[in-house]
Amino acid sequence: MSGTARFLRRIAPQLITLAFVLALISVMFPGFFNISIANGRLYGSPIDILNRGAPVALLAIGMTLVIATRGIDLSVGAVMAICGAVSAWGITQGYDLGSTLLMAVVAGLVCGLWNGILVSFLGIQPIVATLILMVAGRGIAQLITEGAILTFNDPNLIFFGSGSLFTLPMPVVIWIVTGLLITWIVRRTALGMLIESVGINLRASTLAGINSRVLLIAVYVTSGFCAALAGIIAAADIRGADANNAGLWLELDAILAVVIGGTSLLGGRFSLIASLIGAMIIQAVNTGILLSGFPPEFNLVIKAAIILIILVVQSPALRTGMAFFRKPRQTDVAKKETVTQ
Amino acid sequence: MSEVANSRPLLRATGVTKIFPGTVALDHVDFTLQPAEVHALLGENGAGKSTLIKCLTGAYRRDDGDILLNGEPVDPRGTLDAQSYGIGTVYQEVNLLPNLSVAENLFLGHQPTRFGMISGREMTRRARETLSQYGLDIDPARSLGDFSVAVQQVIAIARAVNLSGKVLILDEPTASLDSGEVKMLFDIIRSLRDRGIGIIFISHFLDQVFEISDRVTVLRNGRLIGTEDAANIDRVQLVNMMLGRELEHETRETGKTDLAPGAPWLEFDDFGKKGRIAPFDLKIRPGEVVGMAGLLGSGRTETAETLFGAVTHDSGTARSRGEEIELRSPRDAVAAGFGFCPEDRKIDGIIADLSVRENIILALQARIGWARPVPRRRQAEMAEDFIRRLDIRTSDAEKPVGLLSGGNQQKVLLARWLATNPKFLILDEPTRGIDVGAHAEIIHLIEELCAEGMSLLVISSELDELVAYSHRVIVVRDRHHVAELVGADITTDNMVDAIASAHNGSAT
Amino acid sequence: MLSRKAILGASLLASVALMSSSAIAQTIGFSQIGSESGWRAAETTLTKSQAEERGIDLKFADAQQKQENQIKALRSFIAQGVDAILIAPVVATGWDAVLQEAKEAEIPVVLLDRMVDSSDDLYLTAVGSDLVHEGNVAGQWLVDELGGKDCNVVELQGTTGSSPAIDRKNGFEQAINGHDNIKLIRSQTGDFTRTKGKEVMESFLKAEDGGKNICALYAHNDDMAVGAIQAIKEAGLKPGEDILVVSIDAVPDIFQAMAAGEANATVELTPNMAGPAFDALDAYFKDGTKPAKFIQTESKLYTQNDDPQKVYEEKKDLGY
Repeated sequence: MSGTARFLRRIAPQLITLAFVLALISVMFPGFFNISIANGRLYGSPIDILNRGAPVALLAIGMTLVIATRGIDLSVGAVMAICGAVSAWGITQGYDLGSTLLMAVVAGLVCGLWNGILVSFLGIQPIVATLILMVAGRGIAQLITEGAILTFNDPNLIFFGSGSLFTLPMPVVIWIVTGLLITWIVRRTALGMLIESVGINLRASTLAGINSRVLLIAVYVTSGFCAALAGIIAAADIRGADANNAGLWLELDAILAVVIGGTSLLGGRFSLIASLIGAMIIQAVNTGILLSGFPPEFNLVIKAAIILIILVVQSPALRTGMAFFRKPRQTDVAKKETVTQ
Repeated sequence: MSEVANSRPLLRATGVTKIFPGTVALDHVDFTLQPAEVHALLGENGAGKSTLIKCLTGAYRRDDGDILLNGEPVDPRGTLDAQSYGIGTVYQEVNLLPNLSVAENLFLGHQPTRFGMISGREMTRRARETLSQYGLDIDPARSLGDFSVAVQQVIAIARAVNLSGKVLILDEPTASLDSGEVKMLFDIIRSLRDRGIGIIFISHFLDQVFEISDRVTVLRNGRLIGTEDAANIDRVQLVNMMLGRELEHETRETGKTDLAPGAPWLEFDDFGKKGRIAPFDLKIRPGEVVGMAGLLGSGRTETAETLFGAVTHDSGTARSRGEEIELRSPRDAVAAGFGFCPEDRKIDGIIADLSVRENIILALQARIGWARPVPRRRQAEMAEDFIRRLDIRTSDAEKPVGLLSGGNQQKVLLARWLATNPKFLILDEPTRGIDVGAHAEIIHLIEELCAEGMSLLVISSELDELVAYSHRVIVVRDRHHVAELVGADITTDNMVDAIASAHNGSAT
Repeated sequence: MLSRKAILGASLLASVALMSSSAIAQTIGFSQIGSESGWRAAETTLTKSQAEERGIDLKFADAQQKQENQIKALRSFIAQGVDAILIAPVVATGWDAVLQEAKEAEIPVVLLDRMVDSSDDLYLTAVGSDLVHEGNVAGQWLVDELGGKDCNVVELQGTTGSSPAIDRKNGFEQAINGHDNIKLIRSQTGDFTRTKGKEVMESFLKAEDGGKNICALYAHNDDMAVGAIQAIKEAGLKPGEDILVVSIDAVPDIFQAMAAGEANATVELTPNMAGPAFDALDAYFKDGTKPAKFIQTESKLYTQNDDPQKVYEEKKDLGY
C-alpha cells in the first residue's frame, strides 16, 4: 500500500463523518453551501466553519502532539487567554505589531516550557501538571487586562482576526499554514516517529537513546505556541482581550478534536490532519446548531448527541464489526497477541 | 504412562483451523489430551502453539474444527467461558493483580460471602487451606506483588485449578524461574496430574519437557507434525520434528581460548552504583565476548544497566581508547558506540505499535538526531536487509512489532542495535523465552559479530551457552563481581561453583 | 462542627463589639461574581470607590463564577465578623443555609444586581435594576423608532437559563407584543460574550439571506452587540442603518459604536449598585430603618442623540 493510500485510509473515517455532518446541515438549511465573494473575501457558512473553528484547530495541533506522547494539555484555553491579553496589552501600550506578536508568542512558549518542565523533569502526571496553569492562567490573564475587556483598535492586529488573505479569512490561513507546517516538520524529520515512540513506550525509547525529556518539553512548547496563535486570533477577532471568556473550555474541544481524529489518548500513532478535520467536525456541529434555528436550550443536548453518534460510529468495536462481520473483540485480542509462541 | 492413551480422552480437538489475513495459522490440527497426563506442546516461533491454545480456550474464534470435552462438544467464547467448562490457563506473564492480596487473587469474582458481604476471614482461611495443598506456607493477606514470580505462578495455577479443575494449560510456566523453583513447580504439576487433571505444558526447555511430560505434540508452521510418547523419543528426534532439519550437535567442554593479549579499548575502573552493583573493574578488548553468569537478581542486569547509563553510575570512570568518556544516560552510551538489548523485551525493548522498520531504525535515528531523518527508501532497505539476514519472520516490514513472536521481537531488537554499527553490544538474556531455532541463530550471530571485531557482553542463565561463545566469563553474586574465568577454566562446573559459593562470602 | 460553632460564636461576639462602637458600618464584605464582563468590572470599581468615599473598609472577594467560592467567601466574612455583606449572587438557588448563618450572626446582607430564591427575611434588601423593565425599555424604543414599519428582529440571548436572559427576553417581548409589524425571527444564545455574539450573528446573517431579511438586532448585553456589529460590518452591511442595534447595559464601548453610528440605543444598567446599598445600610445602622425589600435602580435609555462621545469619556475610566 502506497503512502498516499495509507494516509487516505487513515483519515477516511473523519472525512466521511465531516461530509455526513455537512450533508445533515444542508438538509436542515438548504442555502448552506452558498459561497460568494463580498468585500474581497469568501463569504458563506462553510467559510464561517473554517473561520470559527480556527482556535480549536490550532489548539488541536499542539494537543495532538502532546497526546501522542501519552500526555494531555489542559492549560491551552488559559494560555490562549494569557496570550490574547499580552497582545492586547502590548498594542495598547504602544508597541509595534512585531513586538506585540513576539511578546504574545513568547508568553505561549514560556507557558509550554513550564508545562514541559513539570512533566518531563519533575515527572508530574501531565493532567495534574497542566491543570496548574489551567487554573492559574486565567488569573494571570486577568492581572494583565486588569479585570476588564482590554480593547484595541490597531488595524494591523485586528487584521489577524478579521482580515483576509487570498480571499480567505486570516484565521483560516493561519491554522491551515500552521497545521501543514507542523505536519511537514514532524513527518519530514524523524520527530513524528520519535514522538510516537516515546508515547508508546517511554522507557524503551529512552533506552534506545532517544532524548525523551527534550522531546516531551518540545511537544508542550509546541502546544503553547499553538495556543498563543489561537489567543491572538481570538483577541483580534473581537478587538479586545477577554480574560474570562477567551478560550474558555476550548481545551476540551481540542481534546475532543484529537479523539475524533482517531489519535488514542494512550499515546502513540497520531495524525495532525485527522485532528484538524476533527476540529472542523466540531465546529460544523456548532455552526449547524446556530443555523438550524432551534431554541438555545437544545444546543448542548444536540451537540452531545451528535458527538456521541460520531464517537460510537468511529469506535474500534463498531468499525471492526462492520469491517469483518465478526465478533468485535477479535482485533483487541490480536493486538494483545504478543505472547511468545 | 503409555496406557493413558487408551482411555477416553479428556479433551479432543479435531481439524482445528485458524486463518489470519495472509496466513494460515493452524491447518486442520488434531490434538488429544488424556486425563491424568502431562502433554507437552512444542514448536518453533510461529508454529501455532499459542494459536492452538487460544482456539481451545475461545480467545480466538476458530475457523473450522471441533472440540470435545469428555466426549461433549464445547464451544468456549473466551478465557472466562473456558474456565466455566473446566479449562484453566496460566500464561507466562502472570495475569493476576499484584496490588491485591493473595487471597483476593485466588478468589476474585468468586469470593466467599456471608450475608451477601464478602467475608475476608473466610476468604483468608480458605486461601491458606488451598495454598497448603501446594506446599506454600505464606500469609494470604499480603499483596501478591510481595512474592516472587514463582510463588505468583503457583497462585495463578491454584486459582486456575480452583475455578476449572479438568484441564490446565501452562504457557511457558518456567521461563522466569530458577532451577529450585522449577523443581517445586514440577512437584505441583505431578500432584495435579495424579489427581486426574490433564495438563498441557508449553516450554522451550527440552530437558524440562523430557522430565515432566508423558506425551509430546509437535507443531510446525501451523501443521501437526506428530504426537509421541515421551519415553519413545530422544532429544535429536524431537529437535528434528521441531526444526525439520538437523541441528548441528555442538557442545563444547570449555570456552574459547583467550584472545591474544591485545590492548583493551574499553576500560571501566571502580565503576558502580550504590544499591545496585558494587564498584567493579572491567576491560573489554575488540572482538571479545565476555559472558556474565549469575542468578536472577545477582547484579548481572544491574551491571548492564549501569554500563549503558540507564542507571547513572555514582563511582568510577569509563575510558574508551584511553580517553575518559561520559556515561550518564543511554544517549551518552549510544554516542560512545554502545548497544543494549535488555532482558525484558516488552517493557524495555520493543515499541509495540511501531512497525518492524521503525523499530529497526529507531536507535540509529536517535543517534543521528531528529533533524536528519534516515531517508524512507534507506529505511526500507535496512529493514529488508535485517529481516533477511536475521531471518525475522514477519509478513512485511510495516507490521507492528508487537504482533511478532518473542524470538522475532528479539531479532528486531538486535537489528535495531546492529543498524547503529555498535562497537560494544550488551545482550541481557538474548535467548530467554525464544524457541530452539531462533536460539541457535542468535548464538550463531554472536559468534559472527565477534569475528567481525565487535565486543560483546552477554548475560545468560544458560551456562552451556556461555561456554560455547565466551572468551571470558564474569560471575556475579550478591551484587558483586566475584569471579572471572578465562579459556580452559570456562566450564559449567566452575561457573556453578562460583555461583553456588553464595554464602561463604569470599570473593575470588 | 465544633470548630465552626466556635467560629460562629466568636464572630457573633466580634460583630456585637463592633456594632456597639459605631452606629455606621465600618467593615463590609463584598462577594463579587467575578469579572466576566466590563459592566461587572465597573460595578466592582464603583463599589470600591463608593466605599472609599464613605470611609468603609471593603473586603472584596472574587468568586470566579463559582457559587461555592461565594459561599466560602460569605462564611469567611461571617467568621471575620464584618458589619454587613454585599453579594452579587452568581445563581439564584442554594443560598438558604449560608444566608441563615449570616442572619444568626446578625449580619445584614444586601443583594446586588441579582436576586435569590430564598425567603426575603434572610436578607436586608436587594438593590438591582428590574431586568424585565430593561427589556421593556429596549423593546419600547424599537416600537417607537419603527413607527409601524415592518421589521424582522433577531435576538442575542444571554447565557441560557440565567435570569437576565429570561427577564430581558420577556420584557422585550412584552413591549413588542401587539405590534404586528415587529417579528422576532431568530433567537440564540451568545453567552454574553463578544466572541459568541459575533459568531452567532454571523450565522443569523447567513441564515437570513445575508442579513437582507433582518431589520433589527436586540442583544441582551452590549458586549454581544459589539461582537455582532463587527459581524454585520464584515458581511458588508451597515450596522445602525441596515440593521438597527439595540442592547442593554450601557458600557463605554457601545457609546463609541453609537458615536460612530453603528449602534442605535442602549439601556443603562447602572453599575452603581453599591451607592444605594450603602445608603440603605447607613440608615439601617443609624436608626434601624428597614429599607424596602427591593430598591430599583433607574433603567435609562441612551440613543445617538445623547452625545454618546461625551458619555463614553465619562464612563471609560470606570473599569468597564
